[in-house]
Amino acid sequence: MQPFGLSFARALGTVALGLGLVLPGLARAQAPAGAANTFDAVKSRGQLVCGVNTGLAGFAQPDSQGVWRGFDAEYCRAIAAAIFGDATKVRFVPTTAQVRFTALQSGEVDVLSRNTTWTLSRDTSLGLDFAATNFFDGQGFMVKTSLGVKSAKELEGATICVQPGTTTEQNLSDWSRANRIKFTPVVIERLEEIVGAYISGRCDAYTTDVSGLAATRSAQPKPDDHLILPEVISKEPLALGVRQGDARFADVVRWTHFLLLSAEEFGVTQANVDKMANDPRPEVKRMFSKDGGLGPMLGLPELWAVNVVKAVGNYGELFDRTLKPIGIQRGPNALWTTGGLQYSPPFR
Amino acid sequence: MSQTTIDPRSLRAPPRRPLRLSWSDERVRAIVWQVLVVGVIGAIVWWLWSNTVHNLEVRRIATGFGFLGREAGLPIAESLIEYSPTDTYLRALTVGLLNTLKVAVVGIVLATILGTVIGIARLSKNWLLAKIAAVYVEVIRDLPLLLQLLFWYALLQGLPGPRQALNPVQGVFLSNRGLKLPWIEWQDAHSFALIAFLLGAAGTWLYRRAAIAKRMQDGRPRAVWPVAVGAMLVLPVAVWAALGAPWVVDWPALRGFNFRGGLNMSPEYFALLLGLTLYTAGFIAEIVRAGILAVPGGQWEAAQALGLHPGQVLRQIVLPQALRVIVPPMTSQYLNITKNSSLAVAIGYQDIVSIANTTLNQTGQAIEGIAIIMLVYLTISLSISFFMNWYNARIALVER
Repeated sequence: MQPFGLSFARALGTVALGLGLVLPGLARAQAPAGAANTFDAVKSRGQLVCGVNTGLAGFAQPDSQGVWRGFDAEYCRAIAAAIFGDATKVRFVPTTAQVRFTALQSGEVDVLSRNTTWTLSRDTSLGLDFAATNFFDGQGFMVKTSLGVKSAKELEGATICVQPGTTTEQNLSDWSRANRIKFTPVVIERLEEIVGAYISGRCDAYTTDVSGLAATRSAQPKPDDHLILPEVISKEPLALGVRQGDARFADVVRWTHFLLLSAEEFGVTQANVDKMANDPRPEVKRMFSKDGGLGPMLGLPELWAVNVVKAVGNYGELFDRTLKPIGIQRGPNALWTTGGLQYSPPFR
Repeated sequence: MSQTTIDPRSLRAPPRRPLRLSWSDERVRAIVWQVLVVGVIGAIVWWLWSNTVHNLEVRRIATGFGFLGREAGLPIAESLIEYSPTDTYLRALTVGLLNTLKVAVVGIVLATILGTVIGIARLSKNWLLAKIAAVYVEVIRDLPLLLQLLFWYALLQGLPGPRQALNPVQGVFLSNRGLKLPWIEWQDAHSFALIAFLLGAAGTWLYRRAAIAKRMQDGRPRAVWPVAVGAMLVLPVAVWAALGAPWVVDWPALRGFNFRGGLNMSPEYFALLLGLTLYTAGFIAEIVRAGILAVPGGQWEAAQALGLHPGQVLRQIVLPQALRVIVPPMTSQYLNITKNSSLAVAIGYQDIVSIANTTLNQTGQAIEGIAIIMLVYLTISLSISFFMNWYNARIALVER
């Protein structure tokens, strides 16, 4: 069978070589389109695809008409308003804690506006960049009032409900080690299931970001039956995520956030934004007038700032509309002028 | 089978022709087609591979299995081996693998027992028993497994909290934290007793084989049970007693929020085991029923005519023949139970899928994570297939 084997190998080599020359072109041709320039891709698509939570009151949750409501959802609208001048040109894609990064990496969504903590390892190894921290949060615990627990230090031996694949899970094990508190985790991915396990009493405590706890608490029939413990065990800067190496689009997302902050700082609201083109303050005039020239530097329309504020209001208005009703105070998310952490670089 | 006989077919084989480089040559055509098919498949695989690697590079996503040595930091509720969040991802994944095996192996044993009982019950002459078995099979088979798992989990969550736990017998507590049982404090003497038991079981099996072989020669039945009791009960107890007979019971007790001590079966594990067992037993029951019905009625009658009592007929005549029909589809059910255990994710049992998912989420290395999951299931499934195929060949009809 020698001749057969030889000719077989040779022919196989030829075929492989031929295909090898043809296919790399194919493979290389389509990769960058998805990855490199999201800004142009979004503009030519005419729609922003925004990755949001699967349903977290105050942040992103569809209302009875199926319209997405909440802080994160409004950020999606703000970015769409900046790019298209039309806040409705958004498609919301609900993502679980586990699939969110894959959804962004693979190009299924353009931007993640979804309670995602900015950490070093995520920034470096997940192929994404964090554009701006739009909500400063921290991890806490919620227990049933009937349990009689007043401090997280009393949770020795407790069963704690936690979502997998989150920084929450890792903070929890760090915290338990640091404080020598032993606990039993119950780890379920879906938010509804994990909250269900906490409510049914399978867990003594439920841990996630304090904002998430407040959202869950407010959604219960009797919020007073649940107590958020005073300890905050971590820093959770919740940030807007974009793909890595996508600087132009990251700029648009980042400056949309800064615009919302500056608008609040200068007292520009949804109601008075139209009058700001003739404002005596130079920076405000630059931002909101037709010939300020800042929009085109970002590749956006001249009146992008007006469009954004008209669509969603300033940061304070947005916060009061979405998060205040579920009992979240401004806290560290107040403007720097009132002692908070939210600070915008100058619009110049 | 003598060596001197020449196979006449080799004499009739056509003479070998030289290979002509022409389309009309059958062998040339065959080679060209095979090269094309293999080449196309190879090129597709290569293309997928290079495209993936390139895209990962463009998106600056880390690759490789280096993350396995890093600290996992993820808490795991139940583990067969020592584990703490400071251990590596590799150890966390090992814990997940063992958790998958724990539910799959126990599930396979329980589903086989339950399925066989229900399958036989469905053929029973007792009308009520047969109908109950039939209803069970129809109901269980027709509902999606995920739904059943969520149902059992919700049911177990409905149990009272640990402070109001049901306490039917001293030391046994049933609450929404799981089932707590008293357990002995494991010492070396117990391990040696267990080894003695396993040796005794092997010895009993060898004795039984020898006894059957002797019976084949002289026709006299020999009792196996005295040897079994001696080797599997008296010997381990003697070993245990000789090593000081340690006996300290670890009673579960409510301290703080939860029970401490004793043996724990979590609601997650219990719900998954219950769901998988009941679901798969429904299918196994039908396989067993089909296997028994496949044995011709004449076999029953012939066996009875020889004077065997009904139990003997079932054990010695019918079941060995039914097994030949039962084993191949049974293999599929064992594979199903293993793969279906991945639904554990939905109810929070930390099996290999759950832990690999968390790992890939924390490290961002989805392709490596999925590859690990696939490798684990492939290995387990091939092992089951291999064993069942070996068993099937062993019990196959020996044609004389």
